[in-house]
Amino acid sequence: LVNCQYSMATFSTSERKRRPRGDRKSQEMTMHLQQTFNAAILTSLHPRSQIDIFVEVLQSDGGNYCASVNAATLAVIDAGIPMKDYVCACSASYLGDSPIVDINYLEESSGSPEITVAVLPKSEQIVFLEMNGRLHEDNLSKVVDMAVKGCKDVYGVLDRTVREHVSQVGSSLET
Amino acid sequence: MAEVDLSDAEKIFIKHGVQDNCREDGRGCEDYRHIELETGLLSNTTGSARVRLANTDILAGVKAELGTPSPDKPNKGRLEFFVDCSANATPVFEGRGGEELAAEIGNILTRTYDCPSCFDLEALCIIPEEQCWILYVDVLLLECGGNLFDVASIAVKAALYNTKIPKVTVSRDEGLVELEISDDPYDVQRVEVQSAPCIVTVCKIGHSHVVDASLKEEACCLARLTMGVTERRTVTGVRKEGSGSLDPASLEDMMQTGKRVGELLNKSLMDSLLEEERQGSKKKPVGFLK
Repeated sequence: LVNCQYSMATFSTSERKRRPRGDRKSQEMTMHLQQTFNAAILTSLHPRSQIDIFVEVLQSDGGNYCASVNAATLAVIDAGIPMKDYVCACSASYLGDSPIVDINYLEESSGSPEITVAVLPKSEQIVFLEMNGRLHEDNLSKVVDMAVKGCKDVYGVLDRTVREHVSQVGSSLET
Repeated sequence: MAEVDLSDAEKIFIKHGVQDNCREDGRGCEDYRHIELETGLLSNTTGSARVRLANTDILAGVKAELGTPSPDKPNKGRLEFFVDCSANATPVFEGRGGEELAAEIGNILTRTYDCPSCFDLEALCIIPEEQCWILYVDVLLLECGGNLFDVASIAVKAALYNTKIPKVTVSRDEGLVELEISDDPYDVQRVEVQSAPCIVTVCKIGHSHVVDASLKEEACCLARLTMGVTERRTVTGVRKEGSGSLDPASLEDMMQTGKRVGELLNKSLMDSLLEEERQGSKKKPVGFLK
């Protein structure tokens, strides 16, 4: 069983947020995170146990879901819980006449369509896909491809960091 | 608070150690653990600070907003505290679990800062009865390692020191008042925190008392005295918590210790804040990567 909680600090957004958690957006985000990690974590190896994933957003400038998924992936790896693969998330949009990757808060609130994708990088399987706004279907595949490529780039960074950390810990254990 | 289970033998061990002025980790009764402090971490806020005392980790952020002053204090700004216990600290804080503790810390902070001589609210007033600055101070508990009240007050004081409120120019035009907020990041008004109080928690263990109790020591203590002390040894608020009772003589002792320790704590905090500011851009921000 995977239990998630998504919470935002009151000073995280430029407009002060009154309730850190419990409002509808946070609950929706919690459900999305739960759905994503249920697909990736091998829960069958931990029967009759609950895995808690608590996400706290300290500062927000767009891409909250993506940053939460990437951070939670690293946390689960740090905890030693087996997963099918890293889960990397990235957002993309279509502004003017070109697709753009990793949109910030200004771009999110400008009314342009937004696609958020979470993938398992090695097998390129999409675990979570969400789209807001209006997007012409001709542009859909371009934008999704852009987001998936963004995810693979994120995977490169996460993988490199994990390997560095493990080699550091390993070498300090030997001495 | 995150509770730790101790056996009776362990409790007796700690009590005897405290009586001989030697605590579990070798400190004296009036020594604080190693404190790490960093300000100016969050760019979205007007001021921010993160304090780490052994395992306790607290992040404080200040946001300044324009608003109307309260009707009974028309020429003073407002200071509003909000404390949030993150579920990252202990799973007990999930959902609404940490609300009681958060309310307690928030109330104590409000009461300690309510003293007129320690925090100048009139400097936050722009137009009496109409417009003033409201400073929303938000405290986020990231990890619990004992002594939450002290660390929260240190974080609040550091965040207020770091706060840079933009200057406002008032122009009156035929009865209509216009406020112009300066966009210049260097045209700012600093908050005066020299005489702001710091909270010192004195815990009674056995027959003596300790300052800055760790989780295990908190589990042994029956009564706690939480006091707000300024750098001039003025006490702005005292509260006794816990189920044990204190006789007046030990109460007097604990308050003297609290005043002594509070004065030192305030002084070293101001010294480190000034030192950090002096280093300015030469300092490498550590942030959350350590």
